Amino acid sequence: MLTKLTGGRVYDPAHGIDGQVMDLYIRDGRLIARPRDDEKVSKEYDLRGKVVMAGAIDMHTHIGGGKVNIARMMLPEDHRADPVAHSELCRAGCGHVAPSTLTTGYRYAEMGYTAGFEPAILPVNARQAHLEMGDTPIIDKGGYAMLGSDDYFLRMLTAKKDQNAINDYVAWTLHASQAIGIKVVNPGGISAFKFNQRALDLDAQHAYYQVSPRDVLKSLSRAVHELGIAHPLHVHANNLGVPGNLDTTLKTMGASEGYPLHLTHIQFHSYGTEGDRKFSSGAAAIAEAINQHQHISADVGQILFGQTVTASGDSMRQHANAGLANPSKSVIMDIECDAGCGVVPFKYRDQNFVNALQWAIGLEIFLLVDDPWRIFLTTDHPNGAPFTSYPHLIRLLMDKSFRNDMFTKLNLDAQAMSTLANINREYSLYEIAIMTRAGAAKLVGLHDRGHLGVGAAADITVYTEDADREKMFSKPDYVFKDGTLVVRNGQVVQVTWGSTHTVRPEFDRSVEQDLRAHFDRYHTMKLDHVKVSDDEIAEGGRGRVQVQPCLGRREKTR
Amino acid sequence: MVNFVGSSLLDSVRIKDVTCTACGMLCDDLVVARALNSNTLSVVEHGCSRSAVLLEQPPAYPSARVHGKEVDHASAIQAATALLQQAKQPLIAGLGTEVQGMRAVLRLADHIGATLDHMNSAAMLRNTLVVQQSGWQVTTLTEVRNRADLIVAIGTDIVSVLPRFFERCVWVEATLFDQAPAQRDIVFLGGRHDDLSFASSPDGRPAQVLPCDMEQIPELVAALRALVTGRSLPVDQVAGIAMQDLQQLAQRLREARYSVLAWSAASLDYPHAELSIANITGIVSQLNQTTRSAGLPVGGSNGDSSVNQTSVWTSGYPLPNSYARQHPDYDPWQHSSAQQAAHADAVLWISSLDPSRRPPPSDTTTIVLGHAAMQFEQEPAVYIPIGTPGVDHSGTAFRCDSVVSLPLKPLRPSPLPSLSRVILDIEAALDIEAALHASGKGDAHAD
Repeated sequence: MLTKLTGGRVYDPAHGIDGQVMDLYIRDGRLIARPRDDEKVSKEYDLRGKVVMAGAIDMHTHIGGGKVNIARMMLPEDHRADPVAHSELCRAGCGHVAPSTLTTGYRYAEMGYTAGFEPAILPVNARQAHLEMGDTPIIDKGGYAMLGSDDYFLRMLTAKKDQNAINDYVAWTLHASQAIGIKVVNPGGISAFKFNQRALDLDAQHAYYQVSPRDVLKSLSRAVHELGIAHPLHVHANNLGVPGNLDTTLKTMGASEGYPLHLTHIQFHSYGTEGDRKFSSGAAAIAEAINQHQHISADVGQILFGQTVTASGDSMRQHANAGLANPSKSVIMDIECDAGCGVVPFKYRDQNFVNALQWAIGLEIFLLVDDPWRIFLTTDHPNGAPFTSYPHLIRLLMDKSFRNDMFTKLNLDAQAMSTLANINREYSLYEIAIMTRAGAAKLVGLHDRGHLGVGAAADITVYTEDADREKMFSKPDYVFKDGTLVVRNGQVVQVTWGSTHTVRPEFDRSVEQDLRAHFDRYHTMKLDHVKVSDDEIAEGGRGRVQVQPCLGRREKTR
Repeated sequence: MVNFVGSSLLDSVRIKDVTCTACGMLCDDLVVARALNSNTLSVVEHGCSRSAVLLEQPPAYPSARVHGKEVDHASAIQAATALLQQAKQPLIAGLGTEVQGMRAVLRLADHIGATLDHMNSAAMLRNTLVVQQSGWQVTTLTEVRNRADLIVAIGTDIVSVLPRFFERCVWVEATLFDQAPAQRDIVFLGGRHDDLSFASSPDGRPAQVLPCDMEQIPELVAALRALVTGRSLPVDQVAGIAMQDLQQLAQRLREARYSVLAWSAASLDYPHAELSIANITGIVSQLNQTTRSAGLPVGGSNGDSSVNQTSVWTSGYPLPNSYARQHPDYDPWQHSSAQQAAHADAVLWISSLDPSRRPPPSDTTTIVLGHAAMQFEQEPAVYIPIGTPGVDHSGTAFRCDSVVSLPLKPLRPSPLPSLSRVILDIEAALDIEAALHASGKGDAHAD
């Protein structure tokens, strides 16, 4: 079966292609250079005048696992406003801030996204995360396993265990959780909260373990690097949402001593304390630091106005913010000497000073960071806004006059505290394609996604050019997933099941001896039952595990 | 003698690290022996009264039945499919299954527009309503095992719900944080007539009991919440418990480093018990202003956590839930089995874990996909025996703390189909009917 996509204007930043008119050929779900001489085109799509990109990749979206399901359970009132009836092809569900798994998959695909990565897989909850992602149709998925507040790791750190032993434990966790990266949330802080600490700055000591978040970051960022996995340590820094956390964030960039770090939802970590209300934008300083430090990347975690729900592993900060819940309810959990979570519904309002400034801070960061390969388009779904608002966010980035119109509607005090209206930059289609495709694939470590080169999986999105970028990105003409046409005119036309991407660095299997003893002595489940098998993910023929390559393990880099 | 022991060993195989779904704790350390000649299972290590009931059922392989008459599997599927197809308001109830079974159930419910309710819905809903109205702050079993210095059990002895709770989470050998487990304090609110000797510490220190009747729990937890919040109550006693004792408990809770307040939603069986649970979690919330405290909802049987979690991610709603309007719909009152009993014109009753959970007596046409040892007082229209997950076939189950899920593995070869298999068969039969209908052969009323 050979498919030809004819005459589209292609944006493929991985190969430096910026709006070049070209033909693409797909055979058996992959892009090929050209057909064999005797090969007949079985299906041709005339894409003249259309914009063609790889399928978009959301590198940070809460789509599966315990806290997402708590968010769903908590908010029947939100679901009721967005019921999704079943159709000939699609099953029923519900949408808006914490959509059902089925609706999540359909809506991502209908927006031209072909992959999403759950950023906070608790190893003890990994099975649930994969069950939920397994019930998320069409798109590819994967996730980052959370470490850094688990007692096993903190005990290793306190005992000053050799870095190689830590690397083995980190690798074991990647295998057991079927993850493609490692995330740390409020390094050490989730554990510290269980000991009744209410704040933990970068160089503060954990009351019991006598280690600091800096120690955690140093050890884990080095482990990730020495294991040779592509995705840098994914960091949700300390002090989320705290005015003045800008300093913590800037210091965090230096904490890894040069090992790569990805700072996630950095908007929530870019606050100063200037002005009458002691809350100000730290975007300029943060963007400047990102521009200067090549080992740092970030996603924004843009907020957009309206109802949403925040779901985070950061039980310490979520507990502190629970008083701001709207509607007034929250779930906070301590989890299995492994991690924690907090789910707090939020309503961001443009007439609220803090919310309005948060909105402006996110956009300032987007526009002041020079290198689109190191800044990523996220709302930290659903924490800043549901993922369905991405087309609106893209318009804000690409259309200065639209952005400024929105800005003038904000709380006036917030307007006075922001430089946003003076920033003239508008993102180009090429830059959007970097942020949401080529850059995201490179960052996550997806070697065959996010680009349109020969051998790449044929995950392709086709748009009709429109000056209204929100309209353009809301409703692609075509979306191909692994070569199959899954969406036409923004509607699902075929339901497929995507792959789960993982990475499997080598490690010394003897790490399990001590780990098993630890589980038998202190835990309430067997170590072997923590591990999620390939069969569990591929159950019922719905998807498969795709192991992405690693660079290979490096021994002792210092 | 030696030979005898030797041959008995050869006659059975031992299976380690078996996960038991008899209660919400999902102990996964059981050792089970399977007799090679009969496939009978016996729990050799780490069993409890409930695991024996679940796992030591002698294997049985009855035929399917239609109106009491034995038929082959295919005929039973056909009969069940016909009944579901005729039904205008089908109810899928019981739902004693696990994640994989529930995935299939939700697909079928979406297809035929069914309403869904679990046999434990009434109890589960008490907790769900608290999550939806105020939220809560809760913990999980391993945290309890390692951190709790004060455990207050409210209206439950815990062990009738989770038999091995004290063995596995309280009187353990060691904790992660140098805390001596034997020093833990246990307090029961309620528990007038219960034998609570299991809750005495290893060095013989008995648990404290503040006795009252179940009907008095609401006033007791309301009073304790007031005291923890720092209010004084101008009375000498509440629910027969001296104010001084309650004040002391409030003080201990404030001083504890990590108190755990446990309740069983099933035990709090009175109208609007969710308000008592909200008071318990309100106490936890207040304590967390200054120290650490967490709630622990104990319970879980017949796959209720697994089924509820699967419903929530697939549809957006917990149970009871309905697909009658083509999209998921959540109305705890309208969709409860009790209400639906009056409206449903067909009931599909599922119970794969516990043969004693039969459909409630009714005149409504009933199809049972049930445990092979099920006996009926009222023979259903169709009975199809199904395997037990974690005994006859694989599956996935959630613990009562809703965080940990465990793989269930088959313990013996079994001819019994899984629930998912039976539902696939029904769906295939529905598709064939639909295809006939579409081609005009199956229905004279085609427009």
